[in-house]
Amino acid sequence: MKAAVIVFPGSNCDRDCAVAVERSTGAQVEMVWHKETALPEGLDLIVLPGGFSYGDYLRCGAMAALSPVMQEVVAAANRGVATVGICNGFQILCEAGLLPGALLRNEGLKYICKPVALEVTNAQTRFTAGYQGRREVTMTIGNGEGNFFADAETLARIEGEGQVAFRYVDNPNGSVDDIAGIVNPAGNVLGLMPHPDRAFEEELGSADGAILFQSALASA
Amino acid sequence: MKATVHVFLKPGVLDVQGKAVESALHGLGWDGVKDVRVGKTLTFDLAATDKAAAETEVKAMCEKLLANTVIESYRVEVA
Repeated sequence: MKAAVIVFPGSNCDRDCAVAVERSTGAQVEMVWHKETALPEGLDLIVLPGGFSYGDYLRCGAMAALSPVMQEVVAAANRGVATVGICNGFQILCEAGLLPGALLRNEGLKYICKPVALEVTNAQTRFTAGYQGRREVTMTIGNGEGNFFADAETLARIEGEGQVAFRYVDNPNGSVDDIAGIVNPAGNVLGLMPHPDRAFEEELGSADGAILFQSALASA
Repeated sequence: MKATVHVFLKPGVLDVQGKAVESALHGLGWDGVKDVRVGKTLTFDLAATDKAAAETEVKAMCEKLLANTVIESYRVEVA
C-alpha cells in the first residue's frame, strides 16, 4: 500500500499525517512537495494535511488549491484514488472544487482546539466502513475557520445523496446541519475538519482516527 | 491602469467579524448601527490600457482566485 502526503508551505500537520498513516496502516508514505507536477506511481491514498497553507492569506486553502501539484491531485481523485483532506486540507478540497461548500470563520470567532464527539453519519463510505456498528467516535479539532457552509440547494443535495460522513454531536463552530465531514458523490474524496491524525493511538486520547486510514486503504 | 476589487461575504452568509464589530460599536454607544459587514479591498496596477479588457481580466482573476463565489461577492473598479 502506498500513500502520499502533500506538503504545502505552511502546512504543519504533514509529518503528523505521515506518521499517523504509517502507524495505522503500515502503508509506505511519501511526502510530495506542492510544486511537483507529477504524483508517485501507484498511489492508494492521497492526504492533504492540516495547517495554514500559504499562511491562510486571502482565504484558507485558496492558494494551495492552485498549486501545481493540485492539478495532479484533482486528476487522481477524478480517477477514483482515495483522497482525504483534513482541516486545512478540507478547505483546499472545497477551494479546488473537489467538494461542495466552503468553510467560514467559526461562529464564536474563536480558534477552537479540543477533542470532540462525532456521529458517524454514513458508515457505508470508503473512509468510514471500519466504523460499522460504532455510532460515536472522538477526534480532535483545531481550527478558526471550520464552520461548514453550503447554500440550501447544495445542502439538500449532499444530505439526500448521503454525502455527510461525520456530524458534530455538540456543534462547536456553527457548521450548517452540524456537518463535520463530507464525501464527494463518487465517495472517494473525503474532507473533514477534525483530525484523525491527532487521534490514531490511545496515547493521544483516542485511536478512532486510525480506523479512518485503515478503511481508506482496506480496498487497496 | 489601477484596479480595485472589493470582496464581501454574500448577504445571508454569517459574517462573524461584522457581528463582533457591530457589538463593539453598540458598546461604545452607537446603538443605531446595524448590519455591519467586514470585507476586503485589493488594489493593484495592470498593464492593460483598455478599460473594458481590464475589467474582463480582473473579473477572471476574481472568479479564479480573489473571491470564493460560493460564499463571497465581488465588485471591480478599473480606472
